[in-house]
Amino acid sequence: MDKFTKLTAVAAPLPIVNCDTDKIIPARFLKTLTRTGLGKNLFDPLRYDPETGEENPDFVLNKPAYRNAEILVAGHNFGCGSSREHAPWALLDYGIRCVISTGFADIFYNNSPKNGILLIKVSPEELDKLMEGAERGANATMTVDLENQEITNADGEKVSFDVDPFKKHCLLNGLDDIGLTLQKETSIESYEEKQKASEPWLYA
Amino acid sequence: MVSGPKTLFDKIWESHLVDQQDDGTCLVYIDRQLIHEITSAQAFDGLRQSGRKARRPEANLCVPDHNVPTTPGRGGTDEIEDDESRIQLEVLEKNAAEFGLPYISINDERQGIVHVIGPEQGFTQPGVTLVCGDSHTATHGAFGALAFGVGTSEVEHVLATQTLIQRPAKNMRITVNGSLPAGCTAKDLVLAIIGKIGTAGGTGHVIEYAGPAIEELSMEGRMTVCNMTIEAGARAGLVAPDEKTFEYLKDRPQCPKGAQWEAAVEHWRTLPSDPGATYDIEVELDVSEIVPQVTWGTSPEDEIGITGEVPDPASVDDANRRSAMERSLEYMDLKPGMKMTDIAVDKVFIGSCTNSRIEDMRAAAEIAKGRKVADSVYAMVVPGSGLVKIQAEEEGLDKIFTEAGFHWREPGCSMCLAMNGDMLHPGERSASTSNRNFEGRQGPGGRTHLVSPMMAAAAAIAGHLADVRDLID
Ligand code: SF4
Repeated sequence: MDKFTKLTAVAAPLPIVNCDTDKIIPARFLKTLTRTGLGKNLFDPLRYDPETGEENPDFVLNKPAYRNAEILVAGHNFGCGSSREHAPWALLDYGIRCVISTGFADIFYNNSPKNGILLIKVSPEELDKLMEGAERGANATMTVDLENQEITNADGEKVSFDVDPFKKHCLLNGLDDIGLTLQKETSIESYEEKQKASEPWLYA
Repeated sequence: MVSGPKTLFDKIWESHLVDQQDDGTCLVYIDRQLIHEITSAQAFDGLRQSGRKARRPEANLCVPDHNVPTTPGRGGTDEIEDDESRIQLEVLEKNAAEFGLPYISINDERQGIVHVIGPEQGFTQPGVTLVCGDSHTATHGAFGALAFGVGTSEVEHVLATQTLIQRPAKNMRITVNGSLPAGCTAKDLVLAIIGKIGTAGGTGHVIEYAGPAIEELSMEGRMTVCNMTIEAGARAGLVAPDEKTFEYLKDRPQCPKGAQWEAAVEHWRTLPSDPGATYDIEVELDVSEIVPQVTWGTSPEDEIGITGEVPDPASVDDANRRSAMERSLEYMDLKPGMKMTDIAVDKVFIGSCTNSRIEDMRAAAEIAKGRKVADSVYAMVVPGSGLVKIQAEEEGLDKIFTEAGFHWREPGCSMCLAMNGDMLHPGERSASTSNRNFEGRQGPGGRTHLVSPMMAAAAAIAGHLADVRDLID
């Protein structure tokens, strides 16, 4: 997993509430066997005309100013619906490394940092300001500094944010969860011994 | 740790803690994992790349469901025409063999949707932690199992370590009073709940469903309710195990037998929440007066009684909500004030992990019996598993459906999501017993109205959304 430390990039505004993972990457693109290659279908239903397949010029990531966005400023409850990790994979493959919103759905919230994507929760007032900043377009960039837990908006104003300390540690160092968990293998073994004695039917 | 009275969730959570860090991060033991073809290939790849094995192969169960064709008389994996789908199934089969995991093939009569076969096989049991790379894993909470959907990285994590890194959820209880009126089912009940609390209403929580209306539900009905928990944003849904739960599980292939069964039941009886246990959020509703529910928009919270009209965004104060409604109505091609029963449908889908169990088949067949599907409608019934299909056929339900003009299919996820050939075309509209009416969920440009199996059958016959109560007496 790639580290996330500090990012200065274009932020795209996506003020859709309840943006679900079927919108982020529809099911028909889930037949892939790899984690890469999904970026071209990120936000497919919004980005392309369903009948002609042509780009929808009104969609934010199709506008020249935002094609290189690496940050999304999104509406509430982003990433709800299906558990598909293809959603963070598609975001990452497109080049998005950070999503800012007032709230994220739980599974998406868990999946994203495992792929090096930082999710930041802010208050509704802060989101309004950041959305305004994002709407300024390509010449205006934002900076997200994970170490100091601070966003610098396009107008230079700072917004600080909270982050789960464990997720922060993993993101800053690009750490893989499984490796960390396996360091606790003896605890897992003793848990299993105990459970085998009290609920033997689970081991039949 | 909670001291004093505990909730069902607290009990399962605490009994599965392997380790707890100072920052509150927990390592939780996972007893069971269901695996399907869409969200697993990259997990197995990860294991291979790091030279890791599956820690407890027998704690997993693999089955293909999302991608399988449901065409009558479909053959084996090698006969699947779509290359990508076939390869995905082959890869699952190969991975299961390589890592030594139990696997149910497409030809096996036990094959079906993960969330239908888990309980059917007795793989799902009260008090266990169960995960699957699928958000509707919440279904298994109907048995008092802590069951939740995970991403592919977590599928890999569970395979390698039999644990997950988690933070505790909060407790929420929804008490459902009253008794469901005729024509209303578990589906209508849960749609009414989502309409009340919203699609983010349960975020960060585990919802325990309680109250007389929940106790009254069959296991099938409880599964329908827990299944849609994720549509309310919650991590998991739970119903306290009771005699109905034990009755359902007794003699299932993977359930304990003899003295072990007795010991298990004794343990399961200790699981229900203690009297006086407290919840972070409490919600109460009465379902005695509800009417059959139907969705009008592109989020499951966009629901209304069938006797209602398409709502008017102009009447909503919240600007965000108003613009979301406007967008939904535009996508759905509906005008405010239209009567719900005036909305014509092109396709009807009875199936999915929400509503494809035997009770759902029976309910739909009762409405279909002796009636005909409207000429303008294509209607399909897709049982949730091979075993449901066999039982339905033994009861003659397939005949009732085919005589009425419904198509009777092989088990799978089918038109719940557009990836196996069963789908809506741009502009087409469905009445569907599935769980998501998101834009494009059933096909690009497709429009979905969520309903119960009875309501779906009624729509198929009428050619438009219809009040099933007019067909029952
Ligand atoms: S039936 Fe639908 S919701 Fe259920 S597992 Fe299959 S695709 Fe997911």
